[in-house]
This record gives sequence, structure tokens and C-alpha cells, in this order.
Amino acid sequence: MNAVPPVSPVYRVPHPLPLDSGQVLEGCEIAYETYGTLAPDASNAVLVCHALTGDQYLASPHPITGKPGWWERMVGPGKPIDTDRHFVICANVIGSCMGSSGPASLAPDGQPYAMRFPVITIRDMVRGLVALLDGLGIERLHAVVGGSMGGMQALSLAANWPERAARVLVIASTARHSAQNIAFHEVGRQAIMADPAWAEGDYYDADAKPDNGLAVARMAAHITYLSEAGLTEKFGRRLQDREAKGFGFDAEFQVESYLRYQGSGFTRRFDANSYLYITRAMDYFDIAEEHGGKLANAFRGTEARFCIVSFDTDWLYPTAESRHIVHALNAAGAKVSFVELSAPHGHDSFLLEHDQLDRVVKGFVE
Amino acid sequence: MSARQSSLRPDLAAIAAHVSPGSRVLDIGCGDGALMAELESASGCDARGMELDGELVERCVARGLSVVQGDANLDLANYPDKAFDYAILSQTLQTATRPDLMLDELLRVGRRAFVSFPNFAHWRTRAALMFGGRMPVTRALPVSWYETQNIHHVTVEDFRDLARMKGAKVERAWFFSNEKQIGAPAANWRAEFAVFELSR
Repeated sequence: MNAVPPVSPVYRVPHPLPLDSGQVLEGCEIAYETYGTLAPDASNAVLVCHALTGDQYLASPHPITGKPGWWERMVGPGKPIDTDRHFVICANVIGSCMGSSGPASLAPDGQPYAMRFPVITIRDMVRGLVALLDGLGIERLHAVVGGSMGGMQALSLAANWPERAARVLVIASTARHSAQNIAFHEVGRQAIMADPAWAEGDYYDADAKPDNGLAVARMAAHITYLSEAGLTEKFGRRLQDREAKGFGFDAEFQVESYLRYQGSGFTRRFDANSYLYITRAMDYFDIAEEHGGKLANAFRGTEARFCIVSFDTDWLYPTAESRHIVHALNAAGAKVSFVELSAPHGHDSFLLEHDQLDRVVKGFVE
Repeated sequence: MSARQSSLRPDLAAIAAHVSPGSRVLDIGCGDGALMAELESASGCDARGMELDGELVERCVARGLSVVQGDANLDLANYPDKAFDYAILSQTLQTATRPDLMLDELLRVGRRAFVSFPNFAHWRTRAALMFGGRMPVTRALPVSWYETQNIHHVTVEDFRDLARMKGAKVERAWFFSNEKQIGAPAANWRAEFAVFELSR
């Protein structure tokens, strides 16, 4: 991976960051972007948490790909999360590779951490985010918003720092990783670690990076983000640039070349070791386990308002996972809304055009 | 009933007028949230809703209400005992799989319950069945038998019996015909809709 262009501001956490593993992260850095203006009383801050392979470029162009921010349709002046009213923050999670401390960062000995980087959890990511909020002088968020892994961070913040957010919006997410979720992640990790260029994670000074393994990991994961109906609608069994089957192993079907394109594009902007660390963090995620085995205990006494949104074609974090959260919030007496939205595109629906989602987000965050 | 509630359906207006200000309320089958919005803005209530139809839930959330998409037949079980001052079931009892069990759940999660329903013993319904010989399609029950969500038609007297059987006390009752409130005498004939306030 190339060094990240120094585009985002970086917050250096002034104290050692304690981690769930018992280790401590010294000199932790968090890269972030902000949009809008913080009110004098800091009451209008909205923290948006990114998904597994996302980053802080929420509503501004990505410095490597040049593509628009990943939720540019949702965040901006007059948009559902309105930057004319709210001060929106999006930070690169620790363990990632867009400027925040992660395996590609330099350890105190001047060499990249690589696999010496401590294993982190979702709660550790949120520890980093809370440290950033402290640094920005934000006591209490107007709202914390997240989809997928971002939703896990939002839930973790609500469960562990309940006084830090007045509203919690969780989209297409879960309170724990299921065996199936872990299984898919393990396929991705094994693909990376099976790549000879991975070299036990010490590839930062090498000519070759484990791009093949990382691309395969991305391809496998990408399938879980889509729905069968969406794939069929988009590609069916159509062939790519040819009239007849070639009886070989080139990317003959359109869906194959699409996945290869997704995989190779991903290696240009993401670090393979970060993929290992972040998927691990997600696999460890289980809020109930952190709170004596009962999810409702995680939210007992919360003052925050919650909104949980699922998509009917999401089989990665299906509606049942969202209902599980809603039931726990009800049992805890929390103010909660829940809606299952209809969309053809599976888990990825939260990133795509969806008027109903826009209205729900706007109505809840306003 | 005061003028500010005139935009509400009459049964909802009767309920809104009799919920104590500042109460915790669960509105089951809350639709687009009209009653909840009224209770929150006019009475300072902490209102929560439950609604099966995702589009109606989306409209509720978009207007800033706390509404959970769910099936009252199944999901009421997830609420703790006496979590609410009032549990409200408006025009939904007749769609319940087991209205008797739903009444139990209402009186479990709420200290009091409001129940409103179309009265199947209204003279118009009786006339339609008696003279037409077909399942009535009336102003209060406007959908044909094969596509109606109403699977357990109920009358004012049936409901009184059910409440008695369940050990529920009828605190108050209101009856409506032609969008107007009418008196209790002969309500089983005359009322198109009934609203009951129950406690246990």
C-alpha cells in the first residue's frame, strides 16, 4: 500500500488507549473529516460511523479513487443529514488504513506494526472515536449514525458510553456476529493469508503485496453484500464481451468480471492486514456477551432515542438481527423505532438510492 | 372533546381527550401516528407505537415518532409488565389472531387500556345481512369478506362479555354513529364504533 496522502486532519490521542485485549495503544492517531459548523455549545454534532471497508471520506471525494464520498447522497447541505444544521464527523477507525493507527502505521521502532498491531474490537474502535470527540470538545452527540459495521459502533457507543449520544441510528446491522458472518470473514482472511506475498504480514517494504488474496477476500465479501435477485437483475447468466462460452476459466460471465473488477479496485485503496484486523474485530462483536449475556442489560436506563432499520433482502444482517436489538431495547424501556425497508439490493441497499431511507434518516436525525 | 382534536378520527379523539397528560402510552396498530402525534404535542405524553405496515411505520419515523414495525400478535410479548400507563388498540382488535389473548397482553403491558372497534351489531350491518343475505359491506366495514383484515367481528355486547370474562373493569365507554358521539342506551344497535377504557 502506498502512503496515504495527508488530506484529513489527524487527532493524536493524548493518552494511551486501553484495549479489550488488555494491551494498550500508545500514540494512537485518528484521521477524520468534518462537514458543517460546530455550534458554540457543541450541540449539533452528528457522528457517522463507516462500514468495514469504508473510511472518513463520507461526503467528499476519496483521495485515492477520486470517487465521491461513500454517503455523499445522504450528507450535505439540505440532504437528510443536513450539514447546514449539523456538524458531521466521520473518522477512520483504528485498525484501518486511511490515516488512523493500524497495522500499516509505524510502531515506536520505526517499522510498520504489521501483525504486531494489537488485535482490536469494535468497542476499541469506539474508544478511539470517543477520544476524538473529547479532543473536539463534544460532550454529547446530537446523533450517532452507522450502517453495517458502523451500526455496530453506534450500538457499542450507546451501550458503553450512554451519555455521549442523544440519538442512535443503526442501519442494516446487528448486535453480534453470527457463525455465518464469521465463516464468510474467515474465507476472506484465509484468502489473504494463503497469498505468498502476504509474508506473515510483513509485506510493507516488499515489491509485491498480497493483492490477489485481498481481491479474493473482497470478492467473497461482496457477494454477501448483494442479493440473489439483485445479481440476477444486474447480470443474470449473461456473458461478458463474447457470444459463446469459451470452455475455459477466463471471466466469461458478466458477474465474474464484475467481481474481479471489485476485487482489484479494492486493493488499490485498502491494506490486507487492515482487512484481517477489522474483520476480526467484527467477529468478536457481541454486545450481549459484554453485558452479562443479556442484550437488554446493555441498554438499561438509556436516555437515548433509537432507530433501527433493516432491509428485507439483506441476508448478511437479516431483519431478525434488527428485531433482536429492538426487543432488547423495548425490554430496557428505551425509546425505539424500527422499520424494515423494502429494497432489491440486499445489504448494500443502505449505500444506494432509497427515498424511504432518506425520509427515515431525515425524520430521525432532525 | 375540544376543537383541536377535530382532525382526529372520532374514536381517536375520544381516546386523546381521556389520556392523562404526561402519560406513557403504547399505541398498537398506530397507523400513520396521528394519535401519537396528538398525544405528544398536546398532552406531553411519551408515546410509542407498533404497526405492521412498513410504509406507515416509515411515515411515523419520518415525523419523529417512536414506532416499531411488528405484529401485535407476537411482539407485545417483548414489552415488560405495566411498562405503559395506557395501552391503546384502535380498530385492531378485530384483526387479531386471538382477541382474547391480545386483551390480556394489553392489560399486562398497560395499567389501563383503550380499545376501539367497529360494532358488528350496528343496525346497518344487521340489515345488510338480514335483507341482503350477504356479508355486510358498510361504511364502518367497507371491505368485502374475502379481502378484509377483520377476522374476528365483534359487537359491543360481545366485548363487554369478553372484558368481564377477563376480569377487566370497564372504566368508561364511548359510542359513535355518523362520526358523532351517541349515548350508551341501545348502543349495541346504534353504534357504528365503540371505545372502551379498561383496567384490571
